[in-house]
Amino acid sequence: MSKKKTKKRRTEKSNAHEGIRIDIISKDRISTMAPMEKIRLILDMVRDGSIVILERGLTPEEEAKLIEMTMTEITPNDFSGIEIESYPCKQRTTFLGKLLGKTMFETRLTVVGAADQLKTLKRDHDFISALVSVRSRG
Amino acid sequence: MGVIEKIKKNLPSWVKKIFKKKRARIGIYGPPNAGKTTLANRIIRDWSGDAIGPVSEIPHETRRAKRKEGIVVNANGAAITLDVVDTPGLATKIDFHDFMAYGLDEAEAKRRAKEATEGVIEAIKWLDDLDGILLIMDATEDPFTQVNVTVIGNMEARELPLLIVANKIDLPEASPARIKSAFPQHTVIPISALEGYNVDKLYESIANHFG
Ligand SMILES: Nc1nc2c(ncn2[C@@H]2O[C@H](COP(=O)(O)OP(=O)(O)O)[C@@H](O)[C@H]2O)c(=O)[nH]1
Ligand SMILES: [Mg+2]
Repeated sequence: MSKKKTKKRRTEKSNAHEGIRIDIISKDRISTMAPMEKIRLILDMVRDGSIVILERGLTPEEEAKLIEMTMTEITPNDFSGIEIESYPCKQRTTFLGKLLGKTMFETRLTVVGAADQLKTLKRDHDFISALVSVRSRG
Repeated sequence: MGVIEKIKKNLPSWVKKIFKKKRARIGIYGPPNAGKTTLANRIIRDWSGDAIGPVSEIPHETRRAKRKEGIVVNANGAAITLDVVDTPGLATKIDFHDFMAYGLDEAEAKRRAKEATEGVIEAIKWLDDLDGILLIMDATEDPFTQVNVTVIGNMEARELPLLIVANKIDLPEASPARIKSAFPQHTVIPISALEGYNVDKLYESIANHFG
């Protein structure tokens, strides 16, 4: 799927309805993607005004990379960053992991939106409450 | 410079390695305004008489990581030499309007915001070059933020030691207990970097954790 095509489809949709678009990405889809691909996809969707829900989120390193990429794209009056909410990954030491000396991380449900659209109200170990709003500008 | 220091300085590096005490490069991390620079200044002032940088109520005052090397901390009879890196505050969003609320004009606010974004990137890059971190949280605020979760996750993934510092316990609204319950798997040290409360305990924990 080319980026151009995605953009066009999105514009058509958002003209048709006043509302908030939610994109829900399955763990199967996410697991086939390279880290930078995931980050690019998330940022493109978020910058287009979507609230992105990932069935399984990003690893801590990918999250750091996402924050880094977000910082490079912040532009006054256009994009002021993201709000991201996830539960901490679960560490799992599997037998194979032990052999390879590697700790496995099980990433968890993650929600990402533009900072001007998604606002965290309350967060806890096991509960996240957020307010989603229609984009204020154009 | 004393005679001993002079001799030490001129020794070849392999000799230095043999005599070298425990040394760790630790980063001071946390959200903007948690008190990172206040704590860095306190550590450096307590053990070397110097300071690292200016403190401000305006967020993102520190927009470049600053390093101070060779801070020798003595606690519990153990000595550890620290290279302290004070990092810019981590955030997932930076809006120049927030700086205007502190009375900066638009151009200045935009410049600050831009530098703040670069500061966040610099802080993230430093994660690759550290032996451990102090993660500072403002104990009057909600500790369960994505930035804290991400920093902790990155330390766990790298298997590096981490101490959580619950700062600003001099304020009546402070709740270090809330931080402990948010991150029960980690050591939390409640302090006031401003007043110096409980920093002795922090130095002990630093010597134990990073030594
Ligand atoms: N009450 C109180 N204020 C503090 C404490 N530590 C720092 N501050 C204040 O918090 C603000 C931000 O401090 P600073 O060190 O610049 O934070 P940084 O952005 O994390 O480096 C300043 O106004 C400090 O005086 C503390 O322990 N107690
Ligand atoms: Mg600072």
